[in-house]
Amino acid sequence: MLSVENLHIRFRTGDGLVHAVNDVSFSVDAGSRLAVVGESGSGKSQIALAIMGLLAKNAEVEGRIMWDGQDLLGTSNREMNRIRAREIGIIFQDPMSSLNPYMTIERQLTEIVEHHEGMSRRAARARALEVMDAVRIPDAKARLRAYPHEFSGGMRQRIVIAMALMCQPKLILADEPTTALDVTVQAQIMQLLQDVQSDLGTSVVLITHDLGVVAGFCEDVLVLYGGRVMETAKTMALFDQPGHPYTRGLLRAVPNIEDPSDALTAIPGSPPNQHRFPVACPFAPRCADVVDICRETLPQLRDGRACLRPIEELT
Amino acid sequence: MIGAVKRRLNSATFADERAGEMVASRSFWADAGRRFLRNRMAVFSVGMLSVLVLFAIFGNLFSRWSFEEIDWNVLGRIKQDGGPSLENGHWFGVDELGRDLYARVVQGTRTSLLVGIIAGPVSVILGATLGALSGYYGGRFDRTVLGAYTIWLAIPYIIFFVVWQAFFGRSMSQMILVIILVNWTAGLLIVRGQVMMLKNREFVDAARMLGMSDLAIIFRHLAPNVLWVVVIYTSLVIPEVIMMESLVSFLGVGIQEPNTSLGALLSEGASTMTFGTLWQLGFPAAIFVLAQVSLFYIGDGLRDALDPKER
Amino acid sequence: MLSVQNAYVEFRVAQTKKWPWSPAGVVHAVNGVSFDLEAGKTIGIVGESGCGKSTLIRSVAGLAPLVSGTVTLDGEQVEYGNRASMQRLRATMQMIFQDPIASLNPRMTIREIVTEPLTFFRPEMGAADRKAAALAMLERVGIPPAQANRFPHEFSGGQCQRIGIARALVAEPKVLLCDEPVSALDVSIQAQVVNLLKELQREMGLALVFVAHDLGVVRHISDEVLVMYMGAQMERAPAADLVRAPQHPYAKALLSAVPVPDPNVRIAPQMLEGDLPSPMDLPPGCLFASRCPHAMAKCIKARPPMVQRKGHEAACYLLDDASKKPEPSLIDG
Ligand SMILES: Nc1ncnc2c1ncn2[C@@H]1O[C@H](COP(=O)(O)OP(=O)(O)OP(=O)(O)O)[C@@H](O)[C@H]1O
Ligand SMILES: Nc1ncnc2c1ncn2[C@@H]1O[C@H](COP(=O)(O)OP(=O)(O)OP(=O)(O)O)[C@@H](O)[C@H]1O
Ligand code: SF4
Ligand code: SF4
Ligand SMILES: [Mg+2]
Ligand SMILES: [Mg+2]
Repeated sequence: MLSVENLHIRFRTGDGLVHAVNDVSFSVDAGSRLAVVGESGSGKSQIALAIMGLLAKNAEVEGRIMWDGQDLLGTSNREMNRIRAREIGIIFQDPMSSLNPYMTIERQLTEIVEHHEGMSRRAARARALEVMDAVRIPDAKARLRAYPHEFSGGMRQRIVIAMALMCQPKLILADEPTTALDVTVQAQIMQLLQDVQSDLGTSVVLITHDLGVVAGFCEDVLVLYGGRVMETAKTMALFDQPGHPYTRGLLRAVPNIEDPSDALTAIPGSPPNQHRFPVACPFAPRCADVVDICRETLPQLRDGRACLRPIEELT
Repeated sequence: MIGAVKRRLNSATFADERAGEMVASRSFWADAGRRFLRNRMAVFSVGMLSVLVLFAIFGNLFSRWSFEEIDWNVLGRIKQDGGPSLENGHWFGVDELGRDLYARVVQGTRTSLLVGIIAGPVSVILGATLGALSGYYGGRFDRTVLGAYTIWLAIPYIIFFVVWQAFFGRSMSQMILVIILVNWTAGLLIVRGQVMMLKNREFVDAARMLGMSDLAIIFRHLAPNVLWVVVIYTSLVIPEVIMMESLVSFLGVGIQEPNTSLGALLSEGASTMTFGTLWQLGFPAAIFVLAQVSLFYIGDGLRDALDPKER
Repeated sequence: MLSVQNAYVEFRVAQTKKWPWSPAGVVHAVNGVSFDLEAGKTIGIVGESGCGKSTLIRSVAGLAPLVSGTVTLDGEQVEYGNRASMQRLRATMQMIFQDPIASLNPRMTIREIVTEPLTFFRPEMGAADRKAAALAMLERVGIPPAQANRFPHEFSGGQCQRIGIARALVAEPKVLLCDEPVSALDVSIQAQVVNLLKELQREMGLALVFVAHDLGVVRHISDEVLVMYMGAQMERAPAADLVRAPQHPYAKALLSAVPVPDPNVRIAPQMLEGDLPSPMDLPPGCLFASRCPHAMAKCIKARPPMVQRKGHEAACYLLDDASKKPEPSLIDG
């Protein structure tokens, strides 16, 4: 349904080009749940923004983003607006930034459908009530007239999800929807996304760096590092036998609440410098299994992993 | 052989090493300096302004006349003989009273630039300090300052010049003083906003954890972070102040004769324009425009170099 | 080492005033928290966003107004109005912050940043000694001294957090307050920072107060955990006990919702319905009553006191009743 092919995203800055996303390809099938994980700065959000056509002005994009047989990178603004409103919904990390503080929740919910689907006020209102119920906002009827600041952080995030649901999109891009929230609220929101997904058959792309959430929610995982795909696999397989040293490092670094051994297993080193296009494995400076050839060759994604060494040899 | 060298040059470690060497620490100001120097127009304008400054300081050395001397030879025949001429030493011609226009333009440029270069920065520093205190402390002090600011803006500034002139006269230093007093609001709001934003940054808490006093925090930790705003703002205020001085001189409540300023010269030139002595307007106007344009481009270059959003 | 008794913190907020002369609203941010901490130990503080964790430790550090309650440091009660007492406090207690980049002044080199505390707390040191001490500290946290002349923006988030730690520890305090020091970092870097903190704690005998909302990290680093809700303490227990068998209904809900990084495990998070009370108008009863699945009539009348149970301390009437009855397991046995 959605397929991203050889996507490159570069930013022109005062200090030269920043290579944020380098040659990323993946696809999302109807009704599936894909997790995109990777550390901060690895290009997760920029991929989502590229799909929505919302990249910053200093960005250069290359590659193809196919959506229902149409390349989103070449579509007109008008068409993109329609797709944004009706087919792909996005949920940002910070709910306050996607809500207008001076508009009631009702107005914000109904505006899009009235505008893009020509729905009547009344029908739009009924739909708004439906989605508010769907995202479990108690006393939805009364709360429709409230302003965003009258809700708690968790409820605002639910309202943003409700907004994404108004047009019954085929795909929801959720960019770290729960990072700012505590675990109880996070559990509610993930449950909610799961219900929506199974009830309406919407596909969900969940961007996160919380592997716990990935394990509980997603079927497939895409692991990014330094703007490149390191590994892609079914969740079960990935957690069972991670095929890439970075994925292994990530899984080991998660603190285990049941068994706190003395030291956490950190990945030494710092995130990569993105001012150069990678010419070698971007993870090489931090990899425990690095061999000389890794510093000279750019590993390509093969059998779901971009590593020059066979799985059996990895620590 | 060549292949091996190429491979080495392409290797990540090699690139890392080079990158490591290159990221020698550049301070924000060194960076900004580099960016400013890349802006051709701004650099050219700095050159132009320097020429103007040299003209204002040393221009007298080339004049045969002083700025208050009256050339009785041309007085009365100004339209015919008062124009720019190399023979009688009036490079720019003479003014309506037969005084050497070149010497007067040098004198006027000096006044205008001095007003701009002293009154501009001083008023911005005054406003910025008040703004910083107001933003940092907030509360009642902030409300008082903002109230005064609003009221001040509502009073037409020309009144101050008229009143000041009536009580204290209008020498150059008086002029600069009034302009500073009128402009104390310059930079206040923008610095206040910046400080309000910065004071919630955690490095301010870290400084408090060292037991630093509020004033030390404002001047040691916050001031270097708002300096770029102050610099940009000053570059905008200098031409504004020069304009203000010219305007009040034009309206006749400015600098005292026989001292003059570009504004006063423009005013005189404009009043005699219809008599056909166009040079009396032309020369001061050209210098005035030159000064304003180069200050504008310098300000523009500073903004591009300093504003983090522009990058 | 550090003892906090019955801390209350309030903020006056002007925005909600109808008229300039109407009284300011009061946000009750921290409502009666107590804990003790020994040298070399760690207390973890967890709770949902906005429950007053930061405010609590900021008030201990003197950055937020403590309206009542006492703080005792090294056997001496801290007087927040007294300069000398405050300077003693700051020399013994330092803090690291949530946003690693915002906590460093962007216009100072990291050497200047790390040297600054020494000029305040070790005025007897010469400039060269200070510089040497700062570089040694930077090296200790893993920043090569060769990079000491760089500015914060030339470092990644994880490195900036290390620099923040170096600044806090360079004058050798005894207590380190950590306000979500790893929330802004991703897992691989988070582990580096947590390990570093633990090593430094061992070396220097530091007492740590560690605020976080990742229970995994808190469990990992803490000896004791304090669970807060709406500014009040719900439960305090040794970390292992709290994770294994939370007693308070809120702590139970919190732990049931912790995601497990294993796709074969399905967690059954306990959903909390109902709204939070307004912090400007606190109910007289249990603060958790509006969302508690076990709320009873008496819960909304008066605050439940902290009671001891199986090594836990928790504020809930359920436990109060249970502690009066004999334990069912004892009868069976
Ligand atoms: N407008 C821009 N100009 C220059 N660089 C940019 C711009 N926007 C993003 N970048 C860079 O692109 C890279 C990828 O950013 P992105 O926001 O996708 O990271 P992310 O994986 O979403 O991280 P996080 O987990 O922190 O949200 C970063 O290094 C960032 O600095
Ligand atoms: N300066 C202030 N003025 C008014 N209210 C404040 C102020 N600082 C904090 N509060 C309020 O006090 C309460 C507790 O805030 P605090 O920042 O301590 O929460 P927290 O537990 O640290 O949350 P988080 O996990 O989001 O950091 C909140 O309701 C907040 O709105
Ligand atoms: S290619 Fe080499 S450096 Fe890269 S992840 Fe695999 S083993 Fe490590
Ligand atoms: S005191 Fe009552 S409302 Fe509060 S946690 Fe216990 S049972 Fe729930
Ligand atoms: Mg992101
Ligand atoms: Mg906090």
